[in-house]
Amino acid sequence: MNEQRFRLFAGGRIDRERAVRFDFDGERYTGFAGDTVASALLAHGVHLVGRSFKYHRPRGILSAGAEEPNALLQVGRGAYTLPNQRATQVELYAGLSATSQNRWPSLRFDAGAVSSLLSPLFPAGFYYKTFMWPPSFWLRHYEPLIRRAAGLGRSPTEPDPDRYEKMHVHCDVLVVGAGAAGLAAALSAGRTGARVMLADEQSEPGGWLLGSKTAIDDAPAVEWIASALEDLRSMPEVRVLPRTTVTGYYDHNYLVALERVGDHLPPGTGGARPRQRLWKIRARQVVLATGAHERPLVFRNNDRPGIMLAGAARQYVNRYAVRPGESAVVVTNNDSAYPAAIDLSDCGMQVHIVDVRSRPPEAMAAAARQRSIEIFAGHALVAAHGHARVREVTLASLDAARTGYTGTPRRLSCDLVAMSGGLNPAVHLFSQSRGRIVYSPERGCFVPGESVQAERSAGAANGTFPLAYCLSEGREAGKAAAAAAGFRKRGGLRSPKVEGEREQPAEAWWISPPSRAGAPLNKHFVDFQNDVSAADIALAAREGYRSVEHVKRYTTTGMGTDQGKTSNTNAIAIISQTLGVDPSQVGVTTFRPPYTPLTFGALAGRDIGELADPVRTTPMHDWHLAHGAAFEDVGQWKRPWYYPAAGESMQDAVDRECLAARNAIGILDATTLGKIDIQGADAAEFLDRIYTNGFRKLAPGRCRYGLMCGEDGMVFDDGVTARLADRHFLMSTTTGGAARVLAWLEEWSQTEWPELEVYFNSVTEQYAVASISGPFARALLEELATGIDLGPEALPFMSWGEGRVAGIPARIVRVSFTGESSFEINVPSDYGLYLWTTLMRAGARYGITPFGTEAMHVLRAEKGFIIAGQDTDGTVTPDDLGLGRMVSRHKDFIGKRSLARPDCRRADRKQLVGLLTEDPQTVLPEGAQIVDRVLPRPPMKMIGHVTSSYFSANLGRSIALALLRGGRERHGERVVLPLPKRRVAATVTAPVFYDEQGERLRA
Amino acid sequence: MKYSIFSLLRNAFSYHENWPAAWRSPDPRSAYDVVIVGGGGHGLATAYYLARNHRITNVAVLEKGWLGGGNTGRNTTIIRSNYLWDESAHLYEHALRLYEGLSRDLNYNIMLSQRGVLNLAHNLGDLRELSRRVNAIRLNGIDSEILNPAEIKAMVPILNTSPSSRYPVLGASLQRRGGTARHDAVAWGLARGADARGVDIIQNCEVTGIRHSGGAVEGVETTRGYIRTKKVGVVVAGHASVLAEMAGFRLPVESHPLQALVSEPIKPIHHCVVMSNAVHVYVSQSDKGELVIGAGIDAYHSYAQRGSLPVIEEQMGALIELFPIFSRLRMLRQWGGIVDVCPDASPIIGKTPVRNLYFNCGWGTGGFKATPGSGWVFAHTIAHDTPHPLNAAFTLERFTSGALIDEHGAAAVAH
Repeated sequence: MNEQRFRLFAGGRIDRERAVRFDFDGERYTGFAGDTVASALLAHGVHLVGRSFKYHRPRGILSAGAEEPNALLQVGRGAYTLPNQRATQVELYAGLSATSQNRWPSLRFDAGAVSSLLSPLFPAGFYYKTFMWPPSFWLRHYEPLIRRAAGLGRSPTEPDPDRYEKMHVHCDVLVVGAGAAGLAAALSAGRTGARVMLADEQSEPGGWLLGSKTAIDDAPAVEWIASALEDLRSMPEVRVLPRTTVTGYYDHNYLVALERVGDHLPPGTGGARPRQRLWKIRARQVVLATGAHERPLVFRNNDRPGIMLAGAARQYVNRYAVRPGESAVVVTNNDSAYPAAIDLSDCGMQVHIVDVRSRPPEAMAAAARQRSIEIFAGHALVAAHGHARVREVTLASLDAARTGYTGTPRRLSCDLVAMSGGLNPAVHLFSQSRGRIVYSPERGCFVPGESVQAERSAGAANGTFPLAYCLSEGREAGKAAAAAAGFRKRGGLRSPKVEGEREQPAEAWWISPPSRAGAPLNKHFVDFQNDVSAADIALAAREGYRSVEHVKRYTTTGMGTDQGKTSNTNAIAIISQTLGVDPSQVGVTTFRPPYTPLTFGALAGRDIGELADPVRTTPMHDWHLAHGAAFEDVGQWKRPWYYPAAGESMQDAVDRECLAARNAIGILDATTLGKIDIQGADAAEFLDRIYTNGFRKLAPGRCRYGLMCGEDGMVFDDGVTARLADRHFLMSTTTGGAARVLAWLEEWSQTEWPELEVYFNSVTEQYAVASISGPFARALLEELATGIDLGPEALPFMSWGEGRVAGIPARIVRVSFTGESSFEINVPSDYGLYLWTTLMRAGARYGITPFGTEAMHVLRAEKGFIIAGQDTDGTVTPDDLGLGRMVSRHKDFIGKRSLARPDCRRADRKQLVGLLTEDPQTVLPEGAQIVDRVLPRPPMKMIGHVTSSYFSANLGRSIALALLRGGRERHGERVVLPLPKRRVAATVTAPVFYDEQGERLRA
Repeated sequence: MKYSIFSLLRNAFSYHENWPAAWRSPDPRSAYDVVIVGGGGHGLATAYYLARNHRITNVAVLEKGWLGGGNTGRNTTIIRSNYLWDESAHLYEHALRLYEGLSRDLNYNIMLSQRGVLNLAHNLGDLRELSRRVNAIRLNGIDSEILNPAEIKAMVPILNTSPSSRYPVLGASLQRRGGTARHDAVAWGLARGADARGVDIIQNCEVTGIRHSGGAVEGVETTRGYIRTKKVGVVVAGHASVLAEMAGFRLPVESHPLQALVSEPIKPIHHCVVMSNAVHVYVSQSDKGELVIGAGIDAYHSYAQRGSLPVIEEQMGALIELFPIFSRLRMLRQWGGIVDVCPDASPIIGKTPVRNLYFNCGWGTGGFKATPGSGWVFAHTIAHDTPHPLNAAFTLERFTSGALIDEHGAAAVAH
């Protein structure tokens, strides 16, 4: 059984009453509530937790937070598994199961580590220089080899059992980060009465204070945190969100945060709560109190397990009550490592300090020496030794130029190296807000420059590190943000009392020189996850990849899952050293969202599965279902495709439906066609500009078929529009085009012709429509209709009238897409099903037959009626369709100018024709291409293609519509269509196969 | 120095400290025979082929930032030539053929990965369109085939092909020769190849004006001084309209942000490229293990290389519809580029109203896959002052003549 041998007996923010069992790589461990997986493993003395990406080097825990590049674990089992989880952020829960990644067969014995032996062959970008011969080997051998090495953790292989939600919220002040500065900002903003949101990444607010022994107001900092939270909770307009990472900062102060609602609980136990919640926040003002990340120092083998950031070591001691080893070497270029050394010493470790500065801070050094901590000033770490754990370091005194060593190097044995290269303000969100970050030579880091959005940075995020200043800067930022949002309160907040800190300046120090001049820096790691060394960066610069973006892309530094939080500044410094320029001239790579990785499922939210896109059905849908209809997706609609009777094939059903519509009565659910209600004094003028044909002179009571074109003169939708009154039209559109047409009308109305008084309303869902076609359609309707004369004189083709059908108020429109005498009966939606069933019952004696979209397509093709989007493809003019007569010469309309272009007037444009196959039983596949001459093999010159093709039961043969170059001149010619395994010959005809004079539909 | 396993071995002994620069960083000279504006893939390819095919080497490529930093470094690296219209199919196929030999031609491994591109169909209209495209592509002599749902499932087992999903997968077209290439390597390899042939690649040099007199170009003003030249080729993608304005004419081009994103790296699980228009997303997995995901453009116009979140949210909904197992994976990084879109979604490659000033723009979302082909024909156009047969149709005049090459398709949905 594994014991927590490194757990301190007292202290920490863990709950010792609640032991939590978990396993890692099959071994069982116990931690406490409040632990992360990292702290719990460290409590057992486990440092080796992973392998690096490229060389499979053993890696330990570097940090205690979001910047972790090394300690990435696969967490959870089965459908709940999650790859690449930072052990430093995963909160322990009972039964948690974690495994190390990117190793085989085991973490300790990893066969992949052989690549480490070959590492001299694998410098940055090596793959661009080889694997080119023989050519066939790349896809078959080399790339599979590279792909086998790709990736870290494993994707789940089952659908996600969890649920994700989204919240939309407005606030006056959003404070990001609940460390010292953030809490101070939230307090001062909150007391003005402003709506304040305080979002913090961690399970518990407090930030770095949780890991320090600092006193505020003469009491431990955690007491100040607790009282600050109590104050905030008493403010009704303040919302505190723990476990919430603000990941993105977009335009207009729009920010996105991910709340991990259930990730700290055993999977599947969250009940009704989502796993994560995506907050979309529109903030009047933003305070960025996102803190800072500590920089590693770059020395040989600085990646060995047991080498961690000094601040992280402090977190483990103070926050998690874990002693991260027996014997520590603390190496630093700044003061912050001294308190760390003291904390490590106080928990019983033997400690040495290596300070690259020749003059360490006096008071701190004295305090250290009091604890018998030896300080090596003016020294640097030359190298670390050990494999799966650091066991020794070499240090040496730096020479005056600080590019080499003097004197004899010394060795110190240790099992922990705590390093601090200074702090990098977390400027990610600031940079995402489009603010420019600037290099501060005195602080040796990049800090926020001028704000671009309504935002201010405070505390360590602003490059302000001493606690007293963090608190005051936070307080002022909160107050100023609230004031800018319109909230003020007189009287200042009392400043909490903090021990004074006078710091010695940090030295701009990035990398230890090699042990002897000219020795390679290929084990001086800059980016831990991707195994990028100082030598790689120098190589990139030498080879001409000098822009920081080139270095990043060539070496892959900063491209890991941590996106370079610990490596970027060091990389920039090394580039600047290599090129001999100032870091400010190197520039930075662009910070992009998200700050930390964001779950795909949370971004998708509830818009998946059956909610992926709303399913639209008509009021008659249940009837179609009950009568066995097969459905087709048309846009969002489910439309009956055909209604197979028992034992019928699709073709049987379609044939029967087609015959019924021509010989008895066919009935179609036409509800889905788009219906746009258009009103206003200028409605007629507007339609005149939209349609190619005229609508101004259309009399009320009449309808007209219209074509609309894009600016390019190409047909983009069609439909019948009825004039309901002088200033009132009802436009119908294609089912799938309805939304686009409405947007099109609105765009022209709002942006181009605002002077026209016209209004649009989608009424598609307001009316149910049953369309009856066929020789007995009028007879049936006459039985049911009252208050309307349905005779061909009173209600001729292309007119409409009102009356009642089966007692329901109805608008009856005489339009026909089948070519038969048709009546389109529009009733309020709620009556749709009643209308349908009544028609079915009354029509039974006429042989009424419901038909679906397939039969509709056949019937209209027999008549040569086009379907916009099937017989057109955005390259077809009205004239190409044989509808040139519908293009007005007397008025302007959208697309008119384009239609005057020479190419639109060529005689050999592709034009709509009919095709009759030589074998009448052969149905051409839609999409088949017509070639001018069939050759034994491609390429062949294509001159057209089949747009629609069916077997017509009414004609007893196949028919097809096609677009054919110069087609109108080719009627009677024979063409050939080469298909993958055969060729089909057909005769070109006019695109009308049935009732050419249109006598039936006018009847 | 020639790149090979042998030179790698040799250099391993000297700790790789003797590799020469892949390209020089020269200062601009006062005059060149040809100036290419824009050091992205297309501009570098143009310079490379000017030198390689036409022996014109007194050439400068002017790049306002770092080479390959525009859309070349921001795309989803997909390469395919399955275009509908003859003109497009021939141009993109030429590019694909060049890609197939590019690593060896450049002596720089661009990691072309021909693991296939699938375009999914989700409704009857899609299927009809798919069949039309595949027929046309095959008759143009380009590989393309249709897969049924069972074949798709066999090829991409993790794809959701359930008939009960909202928009079930009904079929797909497959171009086996399609795939991906390492985008940065394409730019770098072309830069190295052009540089080796004498082309000056000048980074951090922004063109601020185009001087012309008597209707002919004379030179360009830059942030590093005036440069005289006989011919100017402009290949600046999203900023094409800005450069055209400098030269005094307008382009029928709209600039939109196009976003992309990657997941954290995971062990390879997805081997080809899957694209869907109806459930709008496309996704592949890189040789580093990241899922590379894209979709449509942001609707508004912009020159800012960033996009808006709702586009990403919709894209993720589509992704999880197609690949439910990806829901728990995480977005590592999102970014945007600016694409220049012509009304017919096809590029403009050719002469302009100003003599000896040539434009290559309007590639919209299709630029990366065309890179070498685009450079090839543009170099020809500049060298001969007349288009190559492959780009003869892609003129600026087609917007006044009406001879458009509309690759949008109407994409409307049937009655």
